[in-house]
Order: sequence, then C-alpha cells, then structure tokens
Amino acid sequence: MTWLETLRTAYDALRTRRLRSALTMLGILIGIAAVMLTVGLGQGAQKQVTDQINKLGSNLLIVTPGSSTSASGVRGGRGSATTLTMDDAAMLADPGVAPDIARVAPVSGGSLSLVAGTTTWTSNVVATTPDWLAVRARTVSLGRFFTADELASESPVVVLGTTTVTQLLGGAAAVGQTITIGGQNVTVIGVLNTEGSTTGGDQDDLVIMPQSTYAARLSTSANPRSVSTIYIEAKDSTSLSAAYQEATNALLSAHGVTLTSQDFTVSSQQALVDTATSTTRILTVLLSSIAAISLLVGGIGVMNIMLVSVTERIREIGLRKALGATPRIILRQFLVEASLLGLVGGLAGLGLGMLGGVILPRVVNFPVAISPVAAAAGLGVSLIIGITAGVYPASRAARLAPIEALRSE
Amino acid sequence: MTLQPFVPQPLTPDALLELRSVSKTYASGSLEVAAVRGVDLVVHQGDYVAIMGPSGSGKSTLMHIIGCLDVPTSGSYWLAGVDVAGMGESDLAVVRNQRIGFVFQQFNLLATMSAWRNVELPLIYAGVPRAERRRRAVEALTRVGLADRVDHRPGELSGGQQQRVSVARALVTEPDLILADEPTGNLDSTSTADVLELFAELNAQGRTIVLITHEHDVAEAARRMVVMRDGRLDEPMGARR
Repeated sequence: MTWLETLRTAYDALRTRRLRSALTMLGILIGIAAVMLTVGLGQGAQKQVTDQINKLGSNLLIVTPGSSTSASGVRGGRGSATTLTMDDAAMLADPGVAPDIARVAPVSGGSLSLVAGTTTWTSNVVATTPDWLAVRARTVSLGRFFTADELASESPVVVLGTTTVTQLLGGAAAVGQTITIGGQNVTVIGVLNTEGSTTGGDQDDLVIMPQSTYAARLSTSANPRSVSTIYIEAKDSTSLSAAYQEATNALLSAHGVTLTSQDFTVSSQQALVDTATSTTRILTVLLSSIAAISLLVGGIGVMNIMLVSVTERIREIGLRKALGATPRIILRQFLVEASLLGLVGGLAGLGLGMLGGVILPRVVNFPVAISPVAAAAGLGVSLIIGITAGVYPASRAARLAPIEALRSE
Repeated sequence: MTLQPFVPQPLTPDALLELRSVSKTYASGSLEVAAVRGVDLVVHQGDYVAIMGPSGSGKSTLMHIIGCLDVPTSGSYWLAGVDVAGMGESDLAVVRNQRIGFVFQQFNLLATMSAWRNVELPLIYAGVPRAERRRRAVEALTRVGLADRVDHRPGELSGGQQQRVSVARALVTEPDLILADEPTGNLDSTSTADVLELFAELNAQGRTIVLITHEHDVAEAARRMVVMRDGRLDEPMGARR
C-alpha cells in the first residue's frame, strides 16, 4: 500500500467524521495561533526597542558619571555625581588620545521653563557642542544648528524640538523668535527633525543650546564645566570596542583612578540593546509557555479522539485486517490520520496567527513580527504533536487480533 | 493437550487446503478449552464444502484457522502448497489478501463508502493501481448482478444486495478459496436462495468454496458436507457428491 493510498484512506476517515475532526483540530489551531502570536509580539517588542536604541545614533558609546560597580559593591546612582567635565570631552575628542573616536558630544543641562509671550512650557535643556547633531544622528529641518564660533562666544541661541515649538509657539514661525529661558533671552535659530517617542521619553521636546552659554548664564552647578553625559561616536562599528578601551583608559588616567575605583561608566548601545532584549525575552518565554500549554492540551485532544476512533472502528480494523492489511499498514493509517489532524490544525493555526499578526497591531498599536522560521517551526511542532499523539492509539489498532475485532459488536 | 512435534507431511496431490491433526485450545482462566481437537480435512481445487455444526461445536474456530485469521495450537495446515500453520501475523495478512475471499454473516461493509469502494478494499492492500481497482470492482459487481448499484452505499441496498456486494469483494482478488461464514444467517429466504445460487454458479465456474453454516438446508446446497461436533469432524455423506 502506497503512502498516497494511506493518505487518501486517512483523509476519507477524517472527512467522514467532519465535525469531530474539526473540533479536534481546533485545539491545535488555537495552540499554534497563540504560540505564533506571543512569539510574534515578543519579537515585535524586541525589534521596536532595538530600533529605538539604534535611533540614538550609530556606533555610540555613552559615558556617565558614577560607577556601576563601585568599590563598596553598591551601585552608585548613575549620573548623580559630577565627575565628568568639558575637559574630559575635549581630551576624548583628541585623535592623539583616542584615534578610534570620531566625534564627542558632552551634554549637560536639565529641566527649565521657557516663556514666549504669555505661554510657558517646561522643557529639557540640552547644553552641548555642535557635534551633538551628528553624534545623535539628528538633522535640522528648519534654520540651522549652532556653530563652533557661537559655542566659543557663548551666543544666546537655541535649536528647538518640534514638540517644544508646537507647545511654546503654536503655529507661528519659530526661527528668528526670541524666547526666555530662566530669565535669559535667547534666539531660536533652528528646529530639529521629528524623531518620535522612545523609551527615553519624547525626543522632540528639547531645547539645544551651546554648552558655554548654558554654563555662563543658566547653570546652577558648583562646577559649570561639569557635564552629565558624554556621547562618543566611534569611527565605525568595527572600531567600537577599540574606542571603548581608549575612552576608558584615557578617563582612568585623567581622573587618576583604577578600574576598581572607577568614577564613570562607559556603556555601549549593544549593552542597552542586550538589557532590553533580555527583558522582552523573559516576557516572551513566559507568554509562550502559557501558549505552549494550550498546544499540549490540543495534542492530548488529538490522542483522545484517536483512541475513541480506534475503539469505535474495531470492526473496520478487523475487516481491513481480514482483507489483507498488515499490522504495519494499520499502524501507518492511524498515524497518518493523527498527523493529518495535527498538520491541518497547525496550518489553520498558522493562518489565524498571521491574520492576528496583521489585525492586532492596528487594534493595540503594538508591533507583531511573525518570522518565517517561527511559522515553519509551528507547523513542524503541530505535525510532531499529531504523530506523537497518534503513536499509542495506532499501535493499539495495529495490535488488535483480527478475530477479536471482527467479533466485537 | 500436549504439543505435537512438527512432522512435515506429504501433501495430498491436488489439494487446495489440507489440515492434519489441527487443534486449537484457548486458555479460559485456569481452564484450557479445546475448541478444535485433531481435525483432518482435505479440500480439493474446485470443491464446494459445507462445514455444518451446532453453535459451540468449534466450527467458527475452524473457520478462523482455515481463513488464516488464527493459527492452530498444533497440527499442520497447507494452503495452496504453503505451510501457513506457523506464519506470523504480517505473512498471514498477505496470504489472506492473495488467496482467500471472505463472506461474513454481518456483511462487514463500510457504511460510509459506496459499493465499488467497498469492493476495491482488498485490491488497495494488494497494491493494485486506482484505475484498475475501479475497473475490477465494477467487473466483480457486474458479475454478482449489481452493475447498476456501483455507487450506492450499503445503507441504500437491501440485505441480499449487501451480501452480494460482499461476495463481489471476495471475488475481486480472484482468490483460490472463497470462505463464507454463515453467509445467509442475516438473510430472508429469497435472498438466501439468491446467494446460494450465486455460490453454485461460482463453483460451476471452478471456484473453490468453503461454507460454514448451522442450517441443514444451506449445507445441502454444497457438493460435500462435513459435520463438526465437539471439536471433531466427521463426514456423514462419506464421498463427494
């Protein structure tokens, strides 16, 4: 008996019991769809986080004050200390000190209130250098960014994010306007491109100004030259770890500290991605396990139905054996029936999962990424479940003695 | 009952099936029940034999052994020159498929399949291609007078017609032996006469038939009758008719 005949016989048997077969497949269908969707959600979330982190700029290293592994073993509040200065930034920008570093952007600042006419708006002031634009991979959509000359001359100029413009100035043309920050009049010379929200907050609610201007007129810090973060852009992705080493060594010697008493932290984008990834992965694994349990229940359903089917069809099995079906053929027939239940259920589940992957993001505004690998794996798993669930019922059918089977009523 | 040592017996020339000292015992709890006790039987090619006996006489067990659905506890059984007494289940399935056509009391048709799909079943297991199966199934149905019922399901046929479908199924593989187990047990007198006439025709065409029944009238239709009593055979008619 060929496999095609076996398949045809199995198909006939399942078609004869349409409702029962459909209900049995439903268990597998729901299980596969649930697994596909949870894995898809997890991967979607991961992709979203990774994209957001990548938006920060390419080949980025971030230096923050305070050590993540302090000598006492207590994690210091990151960014709470003021151990980084403009001098550190200048040193890192020196190609003689760190040849693999392309650009450096020190950032200080804080939350300040802005006034334009009668409107007041509190925004995040970023005091930095002209390289910030390139390091953070931003562009200016209107006007221009401030220059090195304006940085040197402590010019009262600012570049605004689009959210800040909308909130503070409404629809009015921003470039050329004069606004007040902390009692100081500054001129708007440009508007940044729109970036959208990331895990770090609204990336468009910003006021960018020269660091010197901020230090001279607005800073409340004891050391106006201190900065809260230094962004470093490596020459390219291959020199990222070299840049990491250079930055760490330069800062260690400049601060006169060792690795154990380190008063700063250099973190890479990859570290951020890894942290975010491990978080979403735990969530994905958790959700998928729940979904996998529903798949297991579906598999038990297939086994249950196959057992019922064998009991119900004892006479048919006896007849087939009398007519020349070997135990092997009977075993194969029931195995193929069970596999077919699993496979068709899995296919339908795949369809439902993909449909959900299209509909869900529109309803809950959350990305779902269904990969072909996950789809193929889902199909494989449903087939394996079918076969596994079929083994015991099929071997029972194969072992039936023909005379016992024929005799039963 | 002790196990007899296996001694290869010379075959009776021209015998389609030959049973020598065939016994079958069942363990029923701690008791051993002997259903068949040392049966010798020779059926020649083209013969038409009725095995008669009351219920409990062991004729069903003997039928199972002749039909290769069961194996004897001791003794030898040659079917078409092949010793089948010691065969395993898979080999027996092949022997049943190739050499024996069954007709059952309960018809044993699959209710969800049309007449021709029921008839083609043994051909599926014989590995015959689909187109030829259909051709041969229709041919067999035509032979039993059901050419116009090919696509009918068993539920749409009368009892006599259903039994004729199962005769067609027994014929379709061109077996050496047609083994009918109480084929008229579920039929009215008209259908019984019908089926017996069909058997007579088939026998006249050279088919070997072994028929098991407890009805004397039915057994009379055969050319030769043997009676089973308490697990033993005796032949009241003596010679073949």
